[in-house]
Amino acid sequence: MFDVRRIKIEMALLLNILLQDFVQLPLIEFNDKLRLASSWFGMCGISAQLSPMPDSSGIQLLQADTFDLHSFHTLTGTTFMLLAEPQTPDAAELLRTTVYELYCDYVLKNPFHEMDQVIKSELFDQNLVALLQATNRRWGVGVPQQ
Amino acid sequence: METINAEIFTLTYGSMVRQLIADYEDVEEVNKQLDKMGYSIGQRLIDEFLAKSKTQRCADFRDAAEKIAKVGFRMFLNVTAAVTGWNAEGTECSLILEDNPLADFVELPEQLAGLKYSNLLCGVIRGALEMVNMEVECTFVRDVLQGDDANEMRLKLLSSSTETYPFKDE
Repeated sequence: MFDVRRIKIEMALLLNILLQDFVQLPLIEFNDKLRLASSWFGMCGISAQLSPMPDSSGIQLLQADTFDLHSFHTLTGTTFMLLAEPQTPDAAELLRTTVYELYCDYVLKNPFHEMDQVIKSELFDQNLVALLQATNRRWGVGVPQQ
Repeated sequence: METINAEIFTLTYGSMVRQLIADYEDVEEVNKQLDKMGYSIGQRLIDEFLAKSKTQRCADFRDAAEKIAKVGFRMFLNVTAAVTGWNAEGTECSLILEDNPLADFVELPEQLAGLKYSNLLCGVIRGALEMVNMEVECTFVRDVLQGDDANEMRLKLLSSSTETYPFKDE
């Protein structure tokens, strides 16, 4: 049975890192992230019902003129979100393979991580930032100054 | 995937079981603890399985059992299992493990005859399937260590729910 508690907070945190790392954007407060996460969860659920075919995944990509929001919902109920420049190549693929694998390695395999709680993992953050910087370089985007 | 020396793994598991026996002094309790540990492992392992095997949603329990046996066991234990003994409704089956790397060097002493040495595996399967909304019961019914001719785990589907948010209000 799906549990509303499982609206994962990690996606909001992921968002945080991206916002800090890509370009200068106004920081979103923690509560705003929770609000975004919970509304997104609801919207994905409702969007799946719009599908004429059964078993739709719901929203995977939201496009605006200034950004793309990629969303990846795992079979176990975690949602990862990624904000990227419009038309960024491979962003969806990056999210569902590499980022997901980092999460498995550095979050789930950490014996002190509590399931369904906020991710507080330096290793995960470091590796995620390194991955995103490498990806940025590959896409030819400048790495912002710290 | 990164690999480690299989013997380290086997020996670590062995000493863990040994410690549990020392701590609990009761075989039944040890079986229960092993299952519990496996359950926690399974809850975490399932994501790695999904991420690295690029598995899509399983159509039904039959599909899920096949994937555990063919892909899951291969990925984490480097063995494969056979799926047999389906009941008519397709809710129960057996996983037959030809080779059990956990028990490579093990002989059970007489006073521990009731020990389900590899009970951890049952817990792993239970935990992993629960995370994808399938509630199962998993038990060892045959164990080479106990003198049987094969390792057999019996898998029983209790309930599965594909229902996701928003729930239908009746």
